[in-house]
Amino acid sequence: MVQGKKPKLAVWKFASCDGCQLSLLDCEDELLAVADSIDIASFPEATRAFKKGPYDLSLVEGSITTPEDAERIHQIRRQSKFLITIGACATSGGIQALRNFKDVKEFISIVYAHPGYIQTLKHSTAIADHIRVDFELRGCPVDKMQLLEVINAFLNGRKPNTPAHSVCIECKLRGNVCVMVAHGTPCMGPVTHAGCNAICPSYNRGCYACFGPKETPNIPSMGNVLEDKGMERENIVRAFRSFNANTKAFQKGARDYEKD
Amino acid sequence: MASSPRIGAKYTLDREALQNLIVELTDSGYQVMGPTMRDGAIIYDAVRSIADLPEGWTDDQEGGTYRLEKRLDNALFGYNVGPHSWKKFLFPPRQKLWTAKRSDQGFEIHPEEEEPLRYAFLGVRSCELHAIAIQDKVFMEDAYVDPVYKARRENLLIVAVNCGQAANTCFCVSMNTGPEAKAGFDLALTEVIDNDRHYFVAEAGSERGTGLLEKLSFESADSQEEAAANAAVNRAAEQMGRTLNTQGIRALLQDNPDHPRWDDVAKRCLSCANCTMACPTCFCSTVEDVTDLSGDHAERWRSWDSCFNLDFTYMGGGHTRHSFKSRYRQWMTHKLSTWHDQFDTSGCVGCGRCITWCPEGIDITEEAAAIRKTPKSQEKKK
Ligand code: SF4
Ligand code: SF4
Ligand code: SF4
Ligand code: SF4
Repeated sequence: MVQGKKPKLAVWKFASCDGCQLSLLDCEDELLAVADSIDIASFPEATRAFKKGPYDLSLVEGSITTPEDAERIHQIRRQSKFLITIGACATSGGIQALRNFKDVKEFISIVYAHPGYIQTLKHSTAIADHIRVDFELRGCPVDKMQLLEVINAFLNGRKPNTPAHSVCIECKLRGNVCVMVAHGTPCMGPVTHAGCNAICPSYNRGCYACFGPKETPNIPSMGNVLEDKGMERENIVRAFRSFNANTKAFQKGARDYEKD
Repeated sequence: MASSPRIGAKYTLDREALQNLIVELTDSGYQVMGPTMRDGAIIYDAVRSIADLPEGWTDDQEGGTYRLEKRLDNALFGYNVGPHSWKKFLFPPRQKLWTAKRSDQGFEIHPEEEEPLRYAFLGVRSCELHAIAIQDKVFMEDAYVDPVYKARRENLLIVAVNCGQAANTCFCVSMNTGPEAKAGFDLALTEVIDNDRHYFVAEAGSERGTGLLEKLSFESADSQEEAAANAAVNRAAEQMGRTLNTQGIRALLQDNPDHPRWDDVAKRCLSCANCTMACPTCFCSTVEDVTDLSGDHAERWRSWDSCFNLDFTYMGGGHTRHSFKSRYRQWMTHKLSTWHDQFDTSGCVGCGRCITWCPEGIDITEEAAAIRKTPKSQEKKK
């Protein structure tokens, strides 16, 4: 930990719902300790106060969807010693990356009265597609304990404990009964990155893959299993095309089932 | 009432005696763990009375599926093994190993001391007794004894139950691990439902077991009752849903690392690790170090790990088992083959959990049979 001077933290927002920043606010008790250990220089969800860079740690929420943002992220990188992206939007492009598979101009013409004022990119992309990122924390939203763990690890100069294995492991460690095997409920756990502590299977629901693909997901096999559990092809496309639709692995899953 | 119970002799207990057994164990300071229903499965958890047991239920198991079904009778143990195994009590999924505190000279380590838990397991199947015996070797033999496991294991009291039926995924007969409990228990029960009579044929396997019987109302089993118990076990042996030919399997798998079957199973394997989590003999773990924000306190935690995880083989130079093929092959070859080299026993007891709880329904017996069918090593020799 940096002795004497508190490290300067900045939280940045791009295209997102603010849910990940809220996860940080949600840490109430723990946040007091965080605020003790770091100098919060910018955190739009929490305070209007703003201190100029450079920053020791930048947390970036949201994806890149506009030409301005594609510029702004480079400025932030230049001012940040360490940059961590948080959440599905920042790490994969988020739910707004569904536009990547359609014609965005068409959406604009339907949604906005004066489409001419709208400047947007054709694709929603992860921060790491634009700049070098030091660490990516997954989840839609991120898990608050994992977020604290990442900040904690940064402060102590150690590696964060955020395993990249399947949700199934968390599910089994909790002693859950597998919803797929025992109830026939389709579950994305076998291809999904751990981090939520298997929250949906713990309430007898299938995993929605909020944390995106695990280290080495076997996508074709997952598709077969879902089909075997009675999931329609179009719903398999949807299962892959959610918050992490733009990841390579899930793009493939959806594409395979879009074709007849 | 018969004279003092002896080890190895057969006695009968009725349902009430079983209830008294649970009470007796609880009163003597044991935490009684046994089968109970939760979320559509029979799992292992605290059992306070026979009302907690899955009376009148059974399980229907196949590769990748498990369903509870009503039985036509009111058997208390009329099912086979479920998603949990006893290892979760002896080798907990997550365990704090030590805490450390920063000091002037560096840091001090304080090992985690736990009040040794006193468990009594009720309803341990023969395959599971063998699994516990295997984990005993892993955790308590040789130089590196696991203190948590050892403390819990030494206090453990085991009431086994002989299977009166087998699941479609069972293959203990092949592995020579069941269905009858032969050793490693304090008490073993065989449930008999004979028209209107519902009783248990009991055998003590230790002095703790005879001591327990003494406190219950028991009768010496007559030849008819003994025959009924034997018939139940024979029925289970005949119902084995799977077989695994173990002859020469050690060499077979070690000689066939490039068999094309590994590529086939790799297409199906999700590397999700459910098989290893459910397996009662898998013992791998990883450790995580955590700190508080100040960095003045640290803890080391151990949790179950799996050879199906990429990080399992992370070393200085990177990961070594990238492919699904290398991971599945490692797991199955270890279970059925190199385990013999390492621990002088098979790593598989034929409980079938890895088959049932694999979302893809990958079947270790089917994979082993496929390799046996066209062993590459023989082709080379020709
Ligand atoms: S419920 Fe889902 S996450 Fe849990 S073990 Fe089954 S497939 Fe995996
Ligand atoms: S494998 Fe054998 S001992 Fe184990 S549950 Fe099945 S029948 Fe019983
Ligand atoms: S390998 Fe499969 S069948 Fe064998 S002991 Fe493990 S879970 Fe049971
Ligand atoms: S064999 Fe089945 S349970 Fe095991 S890792 Fe592969 S898919 Fe998962």
